[in-house]
Amino acid sequence: MINGLHPAAILIIGAFVVPLLSGRVKQAYLLLLTAVAFLVALSLSEGTYWTLSSAFLGHDLVFGRVDKLSLVFAYIFTLMGFIGTLFGIHMKGDGEKMVSLIYGGCAVGAVLAGDMITLFIFLELMMLTATYLVWAKKDRASYYAGFRYFAVHALGGLCLLAGILLHAHETGSIAFDYIGLSGLSSVLIFIGFGVNCAFPILHAWLPDAYPESTITGTVFLATFTTKSAVYLFARGFPGTDLLIYIGAVMTAFPIFIAVIENNLRRVLSYSLINQVGFMVVAVGIGTELAINGAIAHAFVHILYKGLLFMSMGSVIHQTGKINATDLGGLYKSMPFTAICCIIGAASISGFPLTSGFVTKSMIVSAAGHEGLVIVWFTLIFAAAGVFHHSGIKIPFFAFFSHDSGIRTTEPPLNMRVAMGIAAFLCIFIGVFPNVLYSILPYPVDYVPYTTPHVVSQLQLLLFSALAFTLLLRSGIYPAEIRAINLDIDWSYRKGTRLFLWLLYNPATRVGQWGSRLFFECIPAVVTRMSLNPLAVIAITADRARMLFASEQHKGVIKARIEKERLIYPGDIIKSWPIGSTVLWVSVFLLAYLLIYYL
Amino acid sequence: MAEKQYLFDKPRNVKILLGALFCSIALLVIIDYFITKHPEFYWEEYPSFYGVYGFVACVVLVLVAKYILRPIVKRREDYYD
Repeated sequence: MINGLHPAAILIIGAFVVPLLSGRVKQAYLLLLTAVAFLVALSLSEGTYWTLSSAFLGHDLVFGRVDKLSLVFAYIFTLMGFIGTLFGIHMKGDGEKMVSLIYGGCAVGAVLAGDMITLFIFLELMMLTATYLVWAKKDRASYYAGFRYFAVHALGGLCLLAGILLHAHETGSIAFDYIGLSGLSSVLIFIGFGVNCAFPILHAWLPDAYPESTITGTVFLATFTTKSAVYLFARGFPGTDLLIYIGAVMTAFPIFIAVIENNLRRVLSYSLINQVGFMVVAVGIGTELAINGAIAHAFVHILYKGLLFMSMGSVIHQTGKINATDLGGLYKSMPFTAICCIIGAASISGFPLTSGFVTKSMIVSAAGHEGLVIVWFTLIFAAAGVFHHSGIKIPFFAFFSHDSGIRTTEPPLNMRVAMGIAAFLCIFIGVFPNVLYSILPYPVDYVPYTTPHVVSQLQLLLFSALAFTLLLRSGIYPAEIRAINLDIDWSYRKGTRLFLWLLYNPATRVGQWGSRLFFECIPAVVTRMSLNPLAVIAITADRARMLFASEQHKGVIKARIEKERLIYPGDIIKSWPIGSTVLWVSVFLLAYLLIYYL
Repeated sequence: MAEKQYLFDKPRNVKILLGALFCSIALLVIIDYFITKHPEFYWEEYPSFYGVYGFVACVVLVLVAKYILRPIVKRREDYYD
């Protein structure tokens, strides 16, 4: 049954028209296309649509499984597609615009996919388009980061494919529903999703690649891949205990690196892992409140993280710089961008009246309800930490701190409007949380604005601000320095060099030795022995005799061997009389005759 | 050529901002005594639990990042080139 157009189809097919247009027409077309995709997503009603019966080896392919869980993601992906497109609409180059649309379309396709084959195809297309977006910056760093992104995700994709095939073999169905962690197939699928979700140890592609993309590319990258993975876990693995602990680690470890990181977009990449960690914890808890919290947090996270990446993109666009050591004092010439950045920073920190407050608290409360003490403490720690590095550090070092002397202007109007829309939504959802709560998968009876809750959250944040102020003023706060920080990607960036060194040095030597042995030494010996095999046999036999001979015989045999070796190969004819040749021929003929009759 | 004075170029404005922060904190600590809490855990009832925890968390975070993590992971910018 066809119910109008699939929002993913609108974006993907519509992308191919982009190169045919130019100027204002193209800009209007891009905005119209993404706006239509958003409106179509809004108009979807629950049900199963766009099914191809028995299209894949007798299995049904379902392109439109529309329920409350997938709908929320379809809304926010298409909405952010519109905002991100508006943000980058003035940029040159059709390739990036096309690929961004396809990337977003595939993300929508992935969350609406009802079977694992469709899902897999959309995820792999996302991986390819995302790689292109990393490359789109067209410099050396993005070129290599893109390859690493591709390699890690290709491995994750293979893992996922193996898991899907095994799962389909075990269950006889390719439908994508609850999987749960049991057996090899589910573990492979879990890891495949986990790569996209930036699980600890599998996470390094994210802070490696995202800061290397273009200013608009990063906005799209930060929106789709990790959040679609959160959806996949919410669909396939809700209530899996392991996710609670993985998520808790994700919330905590990136903030330590973020504190000492100099590249501000890399700081945001680490805080992205931290925020996704909250969602993963919530999916792992799996209660109605927790799943609602995870989905709501994914929704608002896309907006404020997009806003933060847009504000840092504006800084790059206007100054060409992104390291904290090169920036500072920009509030003087970019006040609007600074305000937008602060609104994004307040949202990610969860200040009351911003979107982060009304969603993060659902997750922390869900952990509290379940009595997960250590996880609860970790989440509060991470909430304070994220305020520290994203909430304060990002706006402070970019827009305030010491004056870098840079005087520039605000970014173009379309960038400001895009940031303004995102900033507005961050506050709107914070003030009217019920608008968001009403579209969540389960009914919400959660009230975020209670006096103790507001007071405790404000205490947490303002005391963190106090700690920042005191540490900064006392000089203990780590100065921003021009340096990079190692992460897990060290293992494969240096690991491949070790591999190449091993290849060039020991392995080459073994190869040379092998080729000498097999192409020089052995053929030489064989050639020499075949000059007179009988003499070789005689010498070998004499040598064997030496082992068992008595002392006086040894001398005789030794002399004979030396004589034999001296005259080798000698005259073959002489030691090979005609008679014996005839004898051997007869023996072989006889043997042949016997074999024939047997 | 004297440049235009901006908001935080005046030390007085920075002082006002810091003063506002300290006052808000003091206010929160006071309010904390007068509200009825609905805690999940008993320690949430301790006075200013969240404030103390947030403060300690941030100090520990910065000290660990600066004195333990940075010496291990810091490299020159051209390390991978």
